[in-house]
Amino acid sequence: MRGPALSTRGLAKSFGSLVVARDIAIELPRGVRYALIGPNGAGKTTLINLMTGMLRSDAGRIFLDDEDITQLAPEQRVRRGLVRTYQINSLFPHLTALESVTLAVCERRRVAGTWWRQLAAYREEIGEAYEILSALTLGPVCHRPTRELAYGQQRLLEIALALATRPKVLLLDEPAAGVPREESKELFAAIAGLSREITVLFIEHDMDIVFRFATRVIVMVGGRVLVEGPPQEVAADPQVRAVYFGKAMGKSDGLRRESVP
Amino acid sequence: MALSEAEITPQRYLQAQTRWHPSEIAFWLATLLPYVLFPNYLALASQIAIAALFALSLDLILGYAGIVSLGHAAFFGIGAYTAGLVSKHGWGEPLTGLAIAALAAGIVGYATSFVICRFRHLALIMLTLGFGLLLGELANSAGWLTGGMDGLQGIHMWKLGGYFHFDLFGKTAYSYALAILFVLFLFARRLIHSPFGLTLRGIRENFVRMPAIGAPSHSHIRTIYTIAAAIAGIAGALLAQTTETVSLDSLGFERSAEVVVILVLGGPGKLYGGLVGAMVFMVARDRFSGIEPQYWYFWIGILLVGVVLFLPNGILGGIMHLTSRWRRS
Amino acid sequence: MLPPVFGVLFDGLAYGMLLFLLSVGQSVTLGMMNFINLAHCSFGMLGGYITVMLMSRYGWPFFATLPCAFIVGALVSVGFERTIFRRLYRASELDQVLLTIGVVFMSVAVAAYIFGTDQQPLQLPAYLRSSLTFLGLRFAVYRLILIVVALAITLALVLGLEYTRFGARVRAAVDNERMARGLGIDVDRAFAITFALGSGLAGLGGALAIEIVGLDPSFAFTYLIYVLIVVSVGGLGSISGSFVAAVVLGVSDIAGKYYIPQLGAFLIYLVMISLLMWRPLGLLGRR
Repeated sequence: MRGPALSTRGLAKSFGSLVVARDIAIELPRGVRYALIGPNGAGKTTLINLMTGMLRSDAGRIFLDDEDITQLAPEQRVRRGLVRTYQINSLFPHLTALESVTLAVCERRRVAGTWWRQLAAYREEIGEAYEILSALTLGPVCHRPTRELAYGQQRLLEIALALATRPKVLLLDEPAAGVPREESKELFAAIAGLSREITVLFIEHDMDIVFRFATRVIVMVGGRVLVEGPPQEVAADPQVRAVYFGKAMGKSDGLRRESVP
Repeated sequence: MALSEAEITPQRYLQAQTRWHPSEIAFWLATLLPYVLFPNYLALASQIAIAALFALSLDLILGYAGIVSLGHAAFFGIGAYTAGLVSKHGWGEPLTGLAIAALAAGIVGYATSFVICRFRHLALIMLTLGFGLLLGELANSAGWLTGGMDGLQGIHMWKLGGYFHFDLFGKTAYSYALAILFVLFLFARRLIHSPFGLTLRGIRENFVRMPAIGAPSHSHIRTIYTIAAAIAGIAGALLAQTTETVSLDSLGFERSAEVVVILVLGGPGKLYGGLVGAMVFMVARDRFSGIEPQYWYFWIGILLVGVVLFLPNGILGGIMHLTSRWRRS
Repeated sequence: MLPPVFGVLFDGLAYGMLLFLLSVGQSVTLGMMNFINLAHCSFGMLGGYITVMLMSRYGWPFFATLPCAFIVGALVSVGFERTIFRRLYRASELDQVLLTIGVVFMSVAVAAYIFGTDQQPLQLPAYLRSSLTFLGLRFAVYRLILIVVALAITLALVLGLEYTRFGARVRAAVDNERMARGLGIDVDRAFAITFALGSGLAGLGGALAIEIVGLDPSFAFTYLIYVLIVVSVGGLGSISGSFVAAVVLGVSDIAGKYYIPQLGAFLIYLVMISLLMWRPLGLLGRR
């Protein structure tokens, strides 16, 4: 049995007296779809920033496939297969969708620094980029500049960019943020369709989606991991209910029990 | 022969974008006009070509990679002084002189790129400004080498290719400068349409996202900065060789500011922006050279304010905007 | 007998105080709105010319002209801010640099047109041109007054920042502009007032500078570079940082010119580059 795809041990980060991450130890087994939930300010995006190297941790270690990547720069972690998307689109406004994804593919194949051949000559890279975009229904609009795409399409482009790097572990920061309900179902269907070789961790607030797409759930509160387990267990956990509902136990539709596919 | 979009593969589409547009061909044909229409202004024409090459080199880092440099004239000056010194000390062959100047400017560019690539925003602007000013002070103090305020004397160029000597009418000078400009333009054009060109645009569009797709941005920035420095050095060397003088203003702040104005006037990030800007700016300066310097500064000031407020993508941007609106109607 | 180094330090301190007055406004407004205003020293130059004009044409005493230099600098800057500058708060750095350099060019041209390109003569009363002798060294009275005035202003600024409601708003906006807006602070208004205050101080600095460094249309450019050095080294949005950087720069410049004159401004640029590389956000900067 191979070890976990991604694991952390004792990860911690503070800004002065503000502790944003406290002794975080998680293990993501290969191929599992993890949902990371928690109230606002719990430190979910911070955890992603720590894992990807955008933020330097104060203590703790991060392992990708048994390799200690704690000291590696962000682009080096990406090269080893740890990739994230952004909650607020971080795209290339004037580049077309195809150009953006081709850029990512070229970086992965380490040809992005070549200047003596035309881009159009790199047929394989362009082809691969086009395939990724088509799989995410962006084929028809691939020649439009990113800033002209609809918001939902831009969110899909976020994911396309991440996929172009051939991730082993994919960290999605609220992938459906700002996307209307109907479109977000499509988006998550695309995520669900991802290969089982890729381990996915996504931050989400919508419990419907969590129940449908996640095999396991991690709950974070105040910079710490509160609870971890399958969705039904987590939903039934009294600590979690206290955090989410406090005294108002009237509505129970937030944490429905539903079988996971 | 219009294929529907479904029939054009993505590769063919991207390929089509690199084809030479008719207006480009017209542009380069127009550069031959001075021989016929303005034979007395060939000296000015070579100045324009040199300024265009300098602006092109800045476009590579500012227009395409998004690096704002207020000290780019440092490389221009290094190229100029190197070419001048090489000639002064006995070797007057123009093309090899260019190569040596490019090498010198490129080496300094490479060295400073290690610092440049690590900074953004105000710190980067200040660093480039500081380097430029520093070099200016060095050149001023090293009078034994540079001639200080008096400039470099004793430059004499041999015949170009052993045949063409630099005549008084400036015909050789213009042909020389124009040829070098064209060759380097082709190089820049190829670079822009390569994967590296796409990378540069990525850096300009979203620097923060680049590491997240695995891009070694620092290494990319170092490469383009070195290339831009070498090309700026060639432009400076051309100036030294065609005018047979080099003075301190070749690396002063005014020249760094001037090339930024030229590029922004023409429109950064469009490859032709520097060339168009150089044409407009240098011709205007020639026209207004009789008036008091303070009036010149006033109009440049108004021009800058106007361009920023009303023509954010420069002249070329304005033209492209108009043509796209005209096409839509 | 005091060794001459104290004289150099004294002159350097006075020069540093001048640079501080010229720079502090720039530092705070940069820290608040990230707006690069290269025309800042044009307002300084304006203050200088106001003083010269009031004294030579209308016979005003020197000290009476100083508040005018301040007020005119403040008012004119607000005029620019309300009409042109505020459109560029969200623009790229390059655009801000270009637009404000354009304003500088225009101001230099206008100054040359109205006043000519020569140095402006300034007739200070005799007591201001005298010097005190202390332990064998001569200390110019003017520089002494400059130091005292600048220190008083620094104190007023620091206290105002710490203890007034307005100061609290400014500090909040410098720390985190978005959050400050979210808290209901009218950042735009606070910025406009800060901008006016900073430009007014620059105008005052320009007026005080005439006796020390002279005044001609190139002032707007020459001291711009010094101001940028002070701001980027001292840290954006930091009054204390500007103070320290200005003093360091002032002393280095004077000491350099005194002890190694052939180096010229080389030392200053080298110091700036080294400091920026070590601390790109400035010595005490936050952003």
